[in-house]
Amino acid sequence: MGATTTSTTAARSAAADGTVADGSVRTGLLIIGASQSGVQLAVSLRALGFDEHITLLGEEDHRPYQRPALSKEFLQGTVESESLIFRSNGYWEEHNVALVKGERIVRIDRAADGSGVAHAASGTRYPFQRLALTVGARARKLELPGAELDGVVYLRNADDALELKARLDGVREAVVIGGGFIGLEAASSLHTMGKSVTVLEYGPRLIGRAVGEETSDYFLAAHRGRGLDIRLNARMNRLVPADDGGRVAGVELSDGTVVPAQLVLVGIGVVPNTELAEQLGLEVDNGIVVDRHALASDGTTVAVGDVANLPNPLPGAPADERIRLESVNNAIEHAKVAAYSLMGRREDYAGIPWFWSNQADLKLQIAGLTLGYDSTVVRRDEERGKFSVLYYRNGQIIAADCVNAPLDFMAVKNALAKGRNIPADAAADPAVVLKTIVTDR
Amino acid sequence: MPTVHFTDAEGVVRDIDGNAGDSVMETAVRNGVPGIVAECGGSLSCATCHVFVREDCLDQLPQMEEMEDEMLYGAAVDRQDNSRLSCQLRLAEDTELYVTTPETQV
Repeated sequence: MGATTTSTTAARSAAADGTVADGSVRTGLLIIGASQSGVQLAVSLRALGFDEHITLLGEEDHRPYQRPALSKEFLQGTVESESLIFRSNGYWEEHNVALVKGERIVRIDRAADGSGVAHAASGTRYPFQRLALTVGARARKLELPGAELDGVVYLRNADDALELKARLDGVREAVVIGGGFIGLEAASSLHTMGKSVTVLEYGPRLIGRAVGEETSDYFLAAHRGRGLDIRLNARMNRLVPADDGGRVAGVELSDGTVVPAQLVLVGIGVVPNTELAEQLGLEVDNGIVVDRHALASDGTTVAVGDVANLPNPLPGAPADERIRLESVNNAIEHAKVAAYSLMGRREDYAGIPWFWSNQADLKLQIAGLTLGYDSTVVRRDEERGKFSVLYYRNGQIIAADCVNAPLDFMAVKNALAKGRNIPADAAADPAVVLKTIVTDR
Repeated sequence: MPTVHFTDAEGVVRDIDGNAGDSVMETAVRNGVPGIVAECGGSLSCATCHVFVREDCLDQLPQMEEMEDEMLYGAAVDRQDNSRLSCQLRLAEDTELYVTTPETQV
């Protein structure tokens, strides 16, 4: 990202591989979405010996970059934009991958054999033999009067982060709407940068979609203790304009009180970008529905990462359980599965899903998926500032939330990967080192 | 210009010129050096950028902090005395570093 000075136009960079004919750009595999999963798919295919031309096409004007730091190190200015870039330009050239930036596909025509033509908004056509959709998700929009006011921002991509950074100088008070990962990461960053921050969460607890109640309670107390003003069950009437009418000045709650803010950051989840899949007639249900090998319902298109609704990949999970995972780890592992599919091989999802979120000095690592858990064990070490929750289903460990407790995280992740268990009764003693009590199932 | 010499588990050596201020992990990933996964992008969350540092290079590296130390206990290949997470190793202008990547990172 931040590379507009070295950018070529979409048409020129595509032409560099010499495949332009009658104004169109022919490719073996067209990957729509220059995202974490799109990058990994191209990289994995080359590692497997895929020898056809690949076009990796994205809407943004930046070279493919890593998103996680946008709400943390990048926002706080502790890393530079250049360090977020996935691969050097030389890497793509050497691996015969054409990067196309700033191009949005609006329509895809498809032949019976799976090949087709993607049409960009610019008018350029992209004929392809195979198609991969790594189109990700977009920030869910706030539906509230005043949501269009200047100073109401989102944080999904690099341009969002650049805009947010550019606005910070004039901000004394910020409101963050949404107490999930993005909201709390950004709130912590803004607080670290000296802003007065209020978090308004509609639900009864923090990070409600991703962690259990014990972890939510821990984060609530920890963030309040560090100076965030957090309101749960927050109901909002509207965003209030400043006297000049155009800029946001605060958020009015249902009781009529106004929380003043010169900046309102909205982090209320994402919506998968399924429009192209729908237009292609692929099955869509909370994302693009794919089988265990990342194949969409037409049996030839692969859909990978945030946009894909896939079978629960955790070993031993019920066969009919499905999930859409928004994580770096899933983008990588799912892309590897898809790369095998495109090579004609059928491989299972490898590894245990895991997640991380850094919020101020709170380092949360999650191993596994909590789907279907029936009991928990809490390990609390106040003295050393460590906290873990282990999740069980029928006595078998399936997940753990670990705060500043990497040994617990690693022990659970490794036990899950090897199909082993960590008995709940023994794990309840926080002094016990988890990796010493691992048993067979 | 700093240089990192990566030797993989099969003994193949890749010599990569880096930029001062970048980490060893970033230098590897950006140039497609296999053997370094770095899922978390350097935020010390995943332990998939594990390297073994040649003994005579250890002294020029920053001290290991507790989080890196604990993460290393979960690395896919067991840690050794010369194990580090390469995301924590910043290159100085004149760095000349020899590291070996483990057989697997996940």
